[in-house]
Amino acid sequence: MTPGIFLMLALAGGLGAVVRFILDGFIRAHSKTRFAWATTIINVSGSLVLGFLTGLTIEHFVSTDVSIVIGTGFLGGYTTFSTASYETVQLIKKGRYGASFISGIVMLVVSVAAAVIGLWVGAEL
Amino acid sequence: MNTATRPSYLRWAAIALVFVGGGFGAASREGLSLAIPNLGEVPIAIPIINVVGAFLLGYLYEAVTRLDKARPTGANLKLLLGTGFCGGFTTYSSLATDTAVLFRDGLPGSAVIYALATVIIGACATWAGIAIASAVNNRSSSPRKDEQEDAT
Repeated sequence: MTPGIFLMLALAGGLGAVVRFILDGFIRAHSKTRFAWATTIINVSGSLVLGFLTGLTIEHFVSTDVSIVIGTGFLGGYTTFSTASYETVQLIKKGRYGASFISGIVMLVVSVAAAVIGLWVGAEL
Repeated sequence: MNTATRPSYLRWAAIALVFVGGGFGAASREGLSLAIPNLGEVPIAIPIINVVGAFLLGYLYEAVTRLDKARPTGANLKLLLGTGFCGGFTTYSSLATDTAVLFRDGLPGSAVIYALATVIIGACATWAGIAIASAVNNRSSSPRKDEQEDAT
């Protein structure tokens, strides 16, 4: 990887984190449900797009450099594992086991399903 | 809307902290994933990164909640190191996509173990981070109370 691509990856990662921060704040400010859906929406949407991008890359529709900057950089910075894990643990500590199951397992299953769909569509184009 | 009433996610200073932290986080993730080789067909760099990041975020948030509430340092550290660095360092989209690729390659057993183990070990790591931060801060805050008592 060239230093230029690495720098673009870092900038894209910072941008992805900013988009997550703003979207997260916006969803939390405008949602009335008790369960915090923001992280789920962010991770599922990011997984769908990365699956799609990976499908395109496997079939050589997209170059590896583009895939690294957008996929590893932007989508990696946009989605987050640490916050999902933190929210799951907080819900367990509060005894909200149903909500922690959604935050831990349902988010995982739906994100993987989204990535499978994205991958399939990207590779079939 | 003036700065005082504007929510955190629309303030430029907050956005800048998240941007810088996120950029360093993503760069660190890529650096580590280039250094850590795959285990057979299974990419193990990302799960290691996710578990480490989950531990760090647990530690950070617990440590920050014990900081003096009157100062903005805690909130700024959360933005720079938590939302920014840990958020950019860890990734959910790679976890989901790597799992999807394992399914596609006809390795459903590896896919299920890979995904479930990351989430379960990650939750344990967050828990450990919170517990260690809590223990360390309880120990270090006790002498500080003594000092305050001596001063009065």
